[in-house]
Amino acid sequence: MKRFIHFLILMIVWLLLTWSLQWQEVLVGVVVVLIAELFLGDIFPAGAVKVFNPVRFFWLVVYVLVFLWYVVKANFDVAYRVLNLYLPIKPGIVKVRTRLKTDMARTFLANSITLTPGTLSIDLVGDHLYVHWINIVSEDPTRETEIIVRRFESLLERIFE
Amino acid sequence: MNETAGLILLIVGIAFDVVGCIGLVRLPDVYNRLQAATKCVTLGTCMILLSVLFYTGINQMSVKALLCIWFVLLTSPTGAHAIARAAHRSGIPLWDGSIMDKYAEDREGAEDKV
Amino acid sequence: MSVFIALLILCVFLCLYRVGKGPTAPDRTVAIDILGTLVVGFCAIYSIITKKDLYMNIGISWALLSFIGTIALAKYLDGRGFDE
Repeated sequence: MKRFIHFLILMIVWLLLTWSLQWQEVLVGVVVVLIAELFLGDIFPAGAVKVFNPVRFFWLVVYVLVFLWYVVKANFDVAYRVLNLYLPIKPGIVKVRTRLKTDMARTFLANSITLTPGTLSIDLVGDHLYVHWINIVSEDPTRETEIIVRRFESLLERIFE
Repeated sequence: MNETAGLILLIVGIAFDVVGCIGLVRLPDVYNRLQAATKCVTLGTCMILLSVLFYTGINQMSVKALLCIWFVLLTSPTGAHAIARAAHRSGIPLWDGSIMDKYAEDREGAEDKV
Repeated sequence: MSVFIALLILCVFLCLYRVGKGPTAPDRTVAIDILGTLVVGFCAIYSIITKKDLYMNIGISWALLSFIGTIALAKYLDGRGFDE
């Protein structure tokens, strides 16, 4: 089942890239996708297939919308800091805790943190994420976790866990 | 399809690109530069790619542009993450005005135990 | 369109300034990573001008290859303590 879904995803990407339904192109696509799946299928995270469930898929759409909103906000934030003459930054590395367990969810959390206002994930050790924050507003770990991680954690929990 | 929307996206995207590059030059250390550059240039490039969709309508070119947005959104934060971790591990210090560095404290503690 | 290309070239020069000036190896790596993403923007604008999808093919390949290059450079920096 997992392999079949991988095959389907890769085949859709191939068809979109070639944008034709001639039988030669499709045949080459099937061969290439089978080879790719044979050699690289194992490194694909196991939990990814769970997304193809209507409820999870709905939360994925919500997540993408929330994510895009924060990305736009992050850009205006950076533009404000960079174009200001006095560079209003107060940087530092903080440590936050995450509840997420699966690799896929953690990957998405780290990437979302990097693209959202003022934060850049640096390393993941155990349950703790190290995050570079351009403008530290509080030095209390629980409040940092509240601000940085909670935006996405509950949504990602519904999608991938 | 709708050239005005495409033009607006193009202008905003390039403005963000320029802001990101100014940040790359102005900010004081690697980590701050990474923040500004990664965020702004990623969104700026994605907007330029999205404007391809508005200029040409749905055809082979714009589908490729959409795939390219997906790749850029996936790969760019991962690259930034890799560079930040490598920079910290190779001993690049934070800017003097930084408030705290929990990562360095924790790593020193771990090395002392070993 | 030529105005947009001129502005992107300005961005490229700002990145090249950072590549040249430094002061540390990760700074240069960041600038090279950003250059890779800017080239994808160039490809998109050229594909709008010429209405050919050839440039989008170049853009996709460039995005993926520059990611691999960045990861390779980061691994290299990670492996050895770079004193510069």
